[in-house]
Amino acid sequence: MSALSALFMRDLRLAVRVGGGALIGVLFFVIVVILVPFAIGPDPNLLARIGPAILWLDALLASLLALDRLLAADYEDGSLDLILTGQSALELAVAAKAIAHWLTTGLPLIIATPLLGLFLNLEWRTSAAVALTLLAGTPALTFIGLIGAALSVALRRGGLLLPVLVLPLTVPVLIFGVAASNAAIVGPLPFGTPFTILCALTLLSSVVGVVAAATALRHGLE
Amino acid sequence: MQLSGTDLLCIRGGREVFAGLAFELRGGEAILVTGRNGAGKSSLLRMIAGFVPIAGGRLELKDGDPELTLAEQAHYLGHQDALKPSLTVGENLSFWARYLGGDGLAPQDALETVGLDALAELPAAYLSAGQRRRLSIARLVAVKRPIWLLDEPTSALDRSAQERLSSLMQHHLGGGGMIIAAAHGPIGLERARELRLGEAA
Repeated sequence: MSALSALFMRDLRLAVRVGGGALIGVLFFVIVVILVPFAIGPDPNLLARIGPAILWLDALLASLLALDRLLAADYEDGSLDLILTGQSALELAVAAKAIAHWLTTGLPLIIATPLLGLFLNLEWRTSAAVALTLLAGTPALTFIGLIGAALSVALRRGGLLLPVLVLPLTVPVLIFGVAASNAAIVGPLPFGTPFTILCALTLLSSVVGVVAAATALRHGLE
Repeated sequence: MQLSGTDLLCIRGGREVFAGLAFELRGGEAILVTGRNGAGKSSLLRMIAGFVPIAGGRLELKDGDPELTLAEQAHYLGHQDALKPSLTVGENLSFWARYLGGDGLAPQDALETVGLDALAELPAAYLSAGQRRRLSIARLVAVKRPIWLLDEPTSALDRSAQERLSSLMQHHLGGGGMIIAAAHGPIGLERARELRLGEAA
């Protein structure tokens, strides 16, 4: 346990130090949301209607932005080799990295959501619903992204391959995330139905993502 | 403790790097792997560390810790130093000491053995190539593991650091440890056997 907590704390520390990039994702998130009214036009009703979808799409892209560094940085400086020679299971080590990654890149997005809701003319209730669905859904984006990060390290194709691998896999999360947010505003579905599926997707991807990423690394690290 | 490889075959990128390689190493002994560029020196070390799959033959560790795999009992010192520039020298070392586990020297004492104790608070970004190498070497003593896999350990080291490394290696061998080092020249291991790669076996 002490090994995993050491890895977890190191990743948190690296993310908040200079060049760690913890703030890059949330800055991107904020900028895109600010750009949207410029592109779509200042129609408050339209913005309020598509607001949850924009926030979700934006969160997806923002989490994609940071994924490149999740494993690639450790691969490039040789740390990943040493992580493999550690005594803790590689699955748990990558899980610790993914959780630290989510705390530093996913959680800030959720904190910023209520503020950004103002830019999109969302009621506070809607903003809260979107924030709640992001809280339930963004860990799934991180864990799915973990597979892509591990594969792009193992296949030595750099970060370019990553969005192509990851984005198609995130479609279900996006569908149910937006569906749950919309259900909270306009119905007719009860909020709980898509939200439960969203939670299930997160739980499923936390297992599949971790196992798949560890397998990819074991076979691809030569 | 005995590490032996028999008839090892290594294939990387579809190309046969070496075949029919055999070696045997007991506690307190060292092997110096030599050979031209591309002969498979690094590949052999990475194979023992468990990164490169064994395409054929067998690699066995006798009388090791039965709870641990071969890789978990080995230190791998590769070309990359596995240091984070934004962490301090001390933080880098104590992270690896905690992550890799085992009871070695305290990080501060390990830094002293490589002469970096005065720089413990400095971010690793400001270290020179030789100092980065010495910090990686401090990892070998901060975490106690019986097998050392060293890939050109003396690169970038000045003369006094080479002597320090040499005495660390002698001390490790004296305590029953094993060393497999890849190098192009002498690295201060007098009694090491030489394993030549890339010639007709």
